Amino acid sequence: MRVALFVTCLADLMRPGVAFAALRLLEHGGCTVEVPQTQTCCGQPAYNSGDRATAIALARKVLDEFDGFDYVVAPSGSCGGMVRAHYPELFRDDPALLARIEALAARTYELTDFLVNVLRLDSVPGNFSGTVTYHDSCSGLRELNVKAQPRTLLGKLPGVKLAEMNEAETCCGFGGTFSLKFGEVSTQLADNKCGNACATGADAIVGGDLGCLLNIEGRLRRRGDLKTQVLHIAEVLAGRSD
Amino acid sequence: MDVRSNEFKARAAANLGDAKLQKGLGLIKVKAVVNRASAVAEFGDFETLREAGKQIRNRALADLDLYLERFEREATARGAVVHWAENAAEACRIVVDIARQNGAKTVAKSKSMVSEEVGLNDALIEAGIEPIETDLGEYILQINDAEPPSHIVMPVIHKTAEDVADLFHEKHGTPRKTDPAALTREAREILRPKFLSADMGVSGANFLIAETGSTLIVTNEGNGRLCTTLPRLHVAITGIEKVVPTLEDVSTLLRLLPRSATGQAITNYVSLHTGPKHIDESDGPQQFHIVLVDNGRSKLLAGEMREMLRCIRCGACMNHCPVYQAVGGHAWGWVYPGPMGNILTPSYVGLEHAVQLPNAATLCNQCGVVCPVKIPLPDLMRKLREEQMARGLKPWPERLGLALWGWAAQRPALYALGTRIAARVMKWLGGGEKLIHRLPLAAGWTDGRDFPAPAGKTFRELYREKRK
Repeated sequence: MRVALFVTCLADLMRPGVAFAALRLLEHGGCTVEVPQTQTCCGQPAYNSGDRATAIALARKVLDEFDGFDYVVAPSGSCGGMVRAHYPELFRDDPALLARIEALAARTYELTDFLVNVLRLDSVPGNFSGTVTYHDSCSGLRELNVKAQPRTLLGKLPGVKLAEMNEAETCCGFGGTFSLKFGEVSTQLADNKCGNACATGADAIVGGDLGCLLNIEGRLRRRGDLKTQVLHIAEVLAGRSD
Repeated sequence: MDVRSNEFKARAAANLGDAKLQKGLGLIKVKAVVNRASAVAEFGDFETLREAGKQIRNRALADLDLYLERFEREATARGAVVHWAENAAEACRIVVDIARQNGAKTVAKSKSMVSEEVGLNDALIEAGIEPIETDLGEYILQINDAEPPSHIVMPVIHKTAEDVADLFHEKHGTPRKTDPAALTREAREILRPKFLSADMGVSGANFLIAETGSTLIVTNEGNGRLCTTLPRLHVAITGIEKVVPTLEDVSTLLRLLPRSATGQAITNYVSLHTGPKHIDESDGPQQFHIVLVDNGRSKLLAGEMREMLRCIRCGACMNHCPVYQAVGGHAWGWVYPGPMGNILTPSYVGLEHAVQLPNAATLCNQCGVVCPVKIPLPDLMRKLREEQMARGLKPWPERLGLALWGWAAQRPALYALGTRIAARVMKWLGGGEKLIHRLPLAAGWTDGRDFPAPAGKTFRELYREKRK
């Protein structure tokens, strides 16, 4: 099974360990993983900012880079959702490309969804020990139906205890450029999330999207909490590799 | 109503620091979100019902002209008078003319967002006619110097019982009391004589039923019934998009609306108005006028915002919106707040007067999944952002940043170089703590949050090093 890793621009720049962890999990599941070297970004920042032309250009680039693989896997519900849920809309008036785009969309998965529903992993290599609470990122949850998958996988780590927070499905306030344009509101939403997460007493806040995690960690540290870890689900499942 | 939507950011920031407001807003999650969730769970297959609601509204909009004509025919045949208003000014003129022609001096109003939209109260006052809001929430706002509502269903959700206690004490000159039941009784004592003496009643309409020419309102306080039956004139004012083909259709929508709005299986009152008082009926108005307002709606019908016309004004989108929950409805600066306001405000008052609103959302889609008629609100916001881009209504620093980033992201070698530099600079900025406290050009982030610093090398660099 040839799988292409969609690194995501945030993991590439901000936290390479997340992409290495995803790589390790896919290889653990028996995949031959390739990392197309010219990949940059899925185009979502442009799409959500109203720059449709750039979003289309980047989607075409992704199509060319990821066309020949059995599957494309991203350690992000946000980027995965962009390809799966929104790429077809970008090419609705371009029948020649639409079929290829739809095929790409159908082969593209968020990491935990892929591990559970395609690879059907029965074990994961990580050895995390402690209590974690899981933040459901909006795109993964509401565009890709990612809810049970990460919890199923966490359940395979004997040392992990899951403590659910209140409002786990409520947005953390990141929202891409929203976090910059509406900083005060965004910070308030992040603060609400930190409050709910910390109330569980968890050792780590875990999620599937780096955007949310940077936002939550950023607020948590500013609140003075230097202890609670903020981890990507791939890091927990694979064992940290940075 | 004045449009102050371009002040969203400043008002939102101010509201975040308003402790009393925050206390009021806290009730939304308790009252609306929790109650809706249990009503939906109790109902069972709510998803099928949502799909049915969507189809009914789509069918109505697909032949809107035909259903409106049918409505007019049926309503007229039953003795009502149907008026068509192209815009807000015309709607106000029609209602004022009806009042003048019949010598009406006082108007008892039940809750109507379209009357807020067209600014009816101001027009009546200007014509020397006294409007009296009879919905408790709207009444509180009216005596508080005509403060605008902050929610379409719960107009005073931003106020606490303490606020109302102070207000009644001041405006009514009565001893201060804080018990909500006692406050309600006090308002009722003041409002009852006004119902009885009002010359004209004004209501909205949640739905217009084409096959019978009826208007329908859902209320909980009973004031709607008094406004529409006691005075000798009844004027119902609503938007043209509210029409549905049949009573059967409306019964489906009635299963969706209260559950989505307040978590009720049904509201305390559901009133159908079909024509004025009939010769062998004992009560009801002598005249029944229906004012159908376009005010931008038919323009929406032909464009990309068409799906927004399905809206049945339940308020579920704002109740579930994390941004609304944090800042309250007044931040939106016009009639409709929350996700629906992000679409309706720019659509009705012009995008240039509401440029921030389509962007004032994280696109989390919590609104989209609770909408009873499945309006894809985030998709519509995104389309408005595209229009904003096309019309040059985005601030230039954002356009420049986006253009530079987009240009680089299409050039892998350049992008790799740029990210390598950025990873190193940010690592350096993060220092020993690995946290960046201030980032140039990103004060929006770093004013309230640190920025976790990266490791110093990009994944693709490290991956290549490992492969060697």
